[in-house]
Amino acid sequence: MIPLSHYLVLSAVLFALSVMGVFLNRKNLVIILMAIELLLLAVNINFVAFSYYLDDPAGQVFVFFILTVAAAEAAIGLAILILLFRNRRSINVQDLDHLKG
Amino acid sequence: MSLATVDIMVVLPEIVISVMACLVLVLDLYLPARFRMQTGFVLTLAILLAATLIILFSSVSDSVVGLNGMVVKDRISDLLKCGICLISAGVFLYSRRYAIERGFWRGEYLVLGLFGVVGMMIMTSANHLLTVYVGVELLALCLYAMVGMQRDSVSASEAAMKLFVLGALASGVLLYGMSLLYGLTGTLMISDISVAVTRFGPPDLPLLLALILVVVGLLFKIGAVPFHMWVPDVYDGAPTSTTLFIAAAPKLAACGMILRLLAEGLEGLFQTWQEMLIAASLFSIVLGNVVAIAQKNIKRMLAYSAISHMGFFLLGILSGTALGYSAALVYILIYGVITLGVFGVILGLSRKGAEANQIEDYKGLNHTHPWLAFLMLLLMFSLAGVPPTIGFYAKLSVLQSVIKADLAWVAVVAVIFAVIGAFYYLRVVKIMYFESPADSGEIQLNCGNSQRLVLSLNALAVVVAMPWIGILVDICNQAVASL
Repeated sequence: MIPLSHYLVLSAVLFALSVMGVFLNRKNLVIILMAIELLLLAVNINFVAFSYYLDDPAGQVFVFFILTVAAAEAAIGLAILILLFRNRRSINVQDLDHLKG
Repeated sequence: MSLATVDIMVVLPEIVISVMACLVLVLDLYLPARFRMQTGFVLTLAILLAATLIILFSSVSDSVVGLNGMVVKDRISDLLKCGICLISAGVFLYSRRYAIERGFWRGEYLVLGLFGVVGMMIMTSANHLLTVYVGVELLALCLYAMVGMQRDSVSASEAAMKLFVLGALASGVLLYGMSLLYGLTGTLMISDISVAVTRFGPPDLPLLLALILVVVGLLFKIGAVPFHMWVPDVYDGAPTSTTLFIAAAPKLAACGMILRLLAEGLEGLFQTWQEMLIAASLFSIVLGNVVAIAQKNIKRMLAYSAISHMGFFLLGILSGTALGYSAALVYILIYGVITLGVFGVILGLSRKGAEANQIEDYKGLNHTHPWLAFLMLLLMFSLAGVPPTIGFYAKLSVLQSVIKADLAWVAVVAVIFAVIGAFYYLRVVKIMYFESPADSGEIQLNCGNSQRLVLSLNALAVVVAMPWIGILVDICNQAVASL
């Protein structure tokens, strides 16, 4: 049987990767959207692992909610991306400099 | 498990708003175009007022837990829900003309707003981490769409993208903290977490990590330093009506969420989160007030002012006493009312082609629109915390609570920067009263009678309500007693 700590390490690595994906990425907005999805999936691994080891189904129910919300979030994210592309003709992160103070 | 009447009663206002929001959506589809705008608008205001009445009449003194412990209805949630509904009704009233002129006053805008209100209400009455998450996301998803509603605007779409990315990141961080809390305590129920956490004793590394992630997520959501970078860009880029929606009511919901998660759920770790909040709150007050001085755009200035006000709000929370929580509640309610008024003035002066978003635009407002200039003066004094206004009382009460918690140095720093902050509020007043108007005559009053009446009442309330402030304080004290 795989010990709990393996799952937690995997989820922590995925979480760190996705946070880096959001902050270090300077090129493409689509990669940021993918990183956000990865972030939520990292959390899901945590919840499922804890739920199994605690023998408590509540964590798995939580995962269903996260998956549903993630789908809605991806839809809105892509819609905003298309809106941005229509207005700016670019999805380069560095081009998002219209607003500054 | 049967669905008892008590369960329905606990979430009745949310159910009413959700069902009626669907009705607004369907009516918008089938009504002929000439009725559409009016019907949706009137219906939205009626729904929000009806929800307020339901909350007021179903209010009970002790807390009721419903839906298998997922939600709780107590005085805090009742108070914040009333505030959220009334402020949102004001938001829709003020935004109407602005949004019509810019072509995004459609049924969806109202429906998104109503669902956002439901999300906020769920946040304030959550008793389970899942409910917290669902509330946060329901609000956030509606806000992303509302910011991007003005589809031909470059800055609005950019602001929507920034809000989306950082908002999703914040939810992810909050969620990761929740998953660790779940693993450590074995429960998702906030009241059970609070029991489990006190059993732990001094926090070890995993618990500390969970706490840090939860606090970071919460600070992101309210826009406190160091997680404030989205606030100015979103306030500036979003259409002013949406800025108002983001600026006022969600702060109340966040206050409810912070009270539930930190003051109730993680009460056992008070010493640890107090230190984090002291840092976040002082940095917010310092950075917000200093950077706001350099702004030329009034929406950006108000964004930095919002950051500093969130710092003051956190002062109440971090004192960790019933007095402090009550002061934070008073602060956030008063801040909501003042913000509503300030953006109401900005919306009232904007029309198609002229946004009234530069501070320069307010030059000599006293000569052209003396009454509006007077209202703006009251609101600015109130934001700065000048004595005869309720804004002064709000600041006084959080500072008192901090001093009672033996953190006098925090209060001293906060007061010094509040004084520095008064500069940029007073600059707006100076520009309105002591400079002659720009001759272009671009800025004109552009609001209907009902809007003007409510705006006047709203702005006058910041002074006139002062003698009765004790009633609000009593209500907040009683609310916090149920925590």
